[in-house]
Amino acid sequence: MSRSLSDGPGLDASEPMRPADHADSAAEVSQPALGFVGWLRWGWRQLTSMRTALVLLLLLAIAAVPGSLVPQRSADPNGVTQYFADNPDLAPILDNLSLFDVYTSPWFSAIYILLFVSLIGCVIPRTKHHWKALRAKPPRTPARLSRLDGHRCEVVELAPGTDASAAAESAVERAREQLKRAGYRVERYDSASALSVSGERGYLKETGNLVFHAALVGVLLSVGVGGGFTYTGQTVIIEGRTFVNSMLDYTSFNPGRFVDENALSPYSLTLDRFDVTYQPYGSQGSGQAGDFVANLTTQRAGEEPQSGEVRVNHPLEMAGDRIYLMGNGYAPTITIRNADDEVVFSESVPFLPQDTNMTSLGVVKVPDGLSEQMGLVGFFYPTQAPLDSGAFTSAYPDLVLPVLSLDVYVGDLGIDDGTPRSVYTLDPSGMEKLAGRGTGVASLELAPGDTAELPGGYGSITFENEASDSADGYEGSVKRYVSLSIHRDAGAAWVLVFAVLATAGLLAALFVPRRRMWVKVTPQGHTLRIEYAGLARGEDPTLEGAVAQFAQRHGESLQTPPTPRVD
Amino acid sequence: MPETTALSLDSVSVLLVWTAIAVYALAFVAYAVDLARRGAVAVDAKDAQVRELAAVGAAREGAVAQLQAQERASEAALNAPPSQRPRLVWARIGTSLTVLGFLFHLGADITRGVAAGRVPWSNMYEFALTGTLLIVAVYLGVLFRYDLRFLGTFITGLVVVLLGGTAIWFYTDIVPLMDPLKSVWLVIHVFVASLATALFALAFGLSVLQLMQARRERRVAAAAVASDADGAKQGPGFLRTLPSADALESLAYRFAILGFIFWTFTLIAGSIWANDAWGRYWGFDTKEVWTFVIWVLYAGYIHARATRGWRGSRSAWLSIIGFTAVIFNFTIVNMFFKGLHAYSGLS
Ligand code: HEM
Repeated sequence: MSRSLSDGPGLDASEPMRPADHADSAAEVSQPALGFVGWLRWGWRQLTSMRTALVLLLLLAIAAVPGSLVPQRSADPNGVTQYFADNPDLAPILDNLSLFDVYTSPWFSAIYILLFVSLIGCVIPRTKHHWKALRAKPPRTPARLSRLDGHRCEVVELAPGTDASAAAESAVERAREQLKRAGYRVERYDSASALSVSGERGYLKETGNLVFHAALVGVLLSVGVGGGFTYTGQTVIIEGRTFVNSMLDYTSFNPGRFVDENALSPYSLTLDRFDVTYQPYGSQGSGQAGDFVANLTTQRAGEEPQSGEVRVNHPLEMAGDRIYLMGNGYAPTITIRNADDEVVFSESVPFLPQDTNMTSLGVVKVPDGLSEQMGLVGFFYPTQAPLDSGAFTSAYPDLVLPVLSLDVYVGDLGIDDGTPRSVYTLDPSGMEKLAGRGTGVASLELAPGDTAELPGGYGSITFENEASDSADGYEGSVKRYVSLSIHRDAGAAWVLVFAVLATAGLLAALFVPRRRMWVKVTPQGHTLRIEYAGLARGEDPTLEGAVAQFAQRHGESLQTPPTPRVD
Repeated sequence: MPETTALSLDSVSVLLVWTAIAVYALAFVAYAVDLARRGAVAVDAKDAQVRELAAVGAAREGAVAQLQAQERASEAALNAPPSQRPRLVWARIGTSLTVLGFLFHLGADITRGVAAGRVPWSNMYEFALTGTLLIVAVYLGVLFRYDLRFLGTFITGLVVVLLGGTAIWFYTDIVPLMDPLKSVWLVIHVFVASLATALFALAFGLSVLQLMQARRERRVAAAAVASDADGAKQGPGFLRTLPSADALESLAYRFAILGFIFWTFTLIAGSIWANDAWGRYWGFDTKEVWTFVIWVLYAGYIHARATRGWRGSRSAWLSIIGFTAVIFNFTIVNMFFKGLHAYSGLS
């Protein structure tokens, strides 16, 4: 269980360079301040010291924690809104401290930027030094090997008449070859009284350490630079409809700084069918949805259409973009006719699922064609079931007993003045409610295929049945839609490359033993005194064993005569 | 019901879990007796030695010399191959019981996996089942190389608490996997994370002992200076039979760096999976935050060991804080923090 020990002051050339406060370095000498430049140098030494790195690492760990306690705008924007609603007094204070954007906050950034400055300041000189060390000779053989790890001494009797100095030369040469074969860089150091070989191995340890730290810089740069070329966009496609990859067809789009929004790859996606399976009613996990598949027809500009699939965990690769399945739902097809029986609205309207049984909320807006603007708000229940309160819910996510229930408003939809409004919400202020709770007129209730009169004589509404004639029950009676997220992440591949490099570097840094080994042969009359010793550079629990093993192998090889014997 | 066979297999699994807990509890008792007896043996040996030394009037140097002799002996014992280890009867009983408990535990894990028809680490109950299994497996595996039986009480105690808590609070029925979990990365990411946790647990136990041992060494040294032959209170007697604080530290370090490698791999595998499942490799989701925090803490620990003034007890505290964060991440974060990793299966 040996640990490296510093042998004397100063570094020899093959020694890895460490910050001055590394546990293995010689004790720091406090220097008098040397004016401005001296102070700068002192400051830089502090910043690139082990202690600073350590403190910054611990600060980084602590600073990351609040982001898991308070909702973050990046990961959970709705949670932030909710937090503001629940804690109206506290939230603005937290917001001023950037606690809703911890990972882009000034204080978090300051920590990791300092850490990386320290890292670079530390790694560059060490890399230069290591580059030289890779060329340097192993260090001289110490005069007294007995103070080192695993020291052992063998005395070999020579056969009468053998030339002791020739035997010593051959023994040390043998050791040199064996060390070399074991991966040591070797050098002979002979003195008048003794011959010796000095070996050092494990330069890969320092290389690994440097690769690891440098790869961390690579990860950070890839994230930073890659982010500028990255975009994510969301879209909704209803069965049978087509999405074209241009800004027009995105419901939202977040580009990085350098993304050209007019130069997206030209392709289109058509949703042919969305499939999902549900655990049968009454079984364990009843109603749990799984095996989601969006079956698409994809087409790049100027190419034949192809079919493609998007599944959870299996995004579709398309012209450098990756397409993810983020959600799905029902899009009831609704047709509205005016009092003259002219069609004024006919669309499949995506309803947003509110629970795992797909109780879905949706809004229909009819701006034109009726004597007044009309808005309908309500729920779609794939399997309608009554609640105790008299309201309805959905008891199962598949189409067993599909019912659409809508309240009706007329008046100003508030969309004419150009104010952006979500298609999924209706602002009823300034509108008159014609049907639904509080009006005395029941909400409209429709099953697929049903038509009902609109209250107030405005016309009629039909919930279209989209099922094919051969369908069973209500199967396929309501169209489905998928919400897709389309990403281009220019940095991800680089992040992965650097992360893998970092891991490889780490493995080498932590597990390659860096050690020195010496063999010294001293002829004494007609005996040879052979000493072996090692020195660990860093953590090296197996050093003593390695010296012992080497000594044994070398000793054995001396017993066998150099020329093969014929028995 | 068509699921009767699967259900009964699962109840066999539950039964095996409780059997394993009971056997581990017995192992804990045996190991505890072992430690108590080691303490007594050490005291007897010391008394004899002190009387002898006092006779030649060398009590002062004696305390330190004796400390060093003890250290050398216990270090040799630490590295002794299984056949040459001291015959500690109660420790042997403890180890045998631990192996038995492990077999029940393994059976429980396998039957759960077979009953569910997938790898048995897909919800919190199953992670905990497999995670604790790996803790014991790593401990038993390491025993072939090092005589770490003095950690037996810690390991079996930890496993009894974790596994008992799991069986009581985390049990969930077998339900089909949610789509995002149907991935090879589930198999890899979660398994490697559990393995890292097991290694961190060992490092944690050793770091705690290191702190206790360091305190004792300080007291022995102080008592020697004060030429107080009997020595002040030195803490639990079994410490005298354990390796030195230094040796415990480098052993803890070795487990921690192995754990760190696996944790790094967990982080990378998780990012690859997140990139497939959620469309981004990193999003500072709560679970991701904590995985990162733990990684940074252990990077800090590794640095601390290489920093003057931090090697020794201070770095041991970092190992302890690191493991506390691991356990926190596994329990509190899973259960109470909101995030995308909502797969605990608990409601
Ligand atoms: C992002 C920040 C950093 C991380 C995550 C990190 C992580 C690590 C890890 C995991 C190791 C162990 C691998 C090995 O022994 O080679 C290590 C070692 C080391 N790091 Fe860092 N490091 C960081 C920043 C720094 C900085 C700023 C310095 C310069 C002061 C530094 C200097 C060192 C040194 C000298 C070692 C070798 C320690 C030894 O001799 O055992 N590191 N670092």
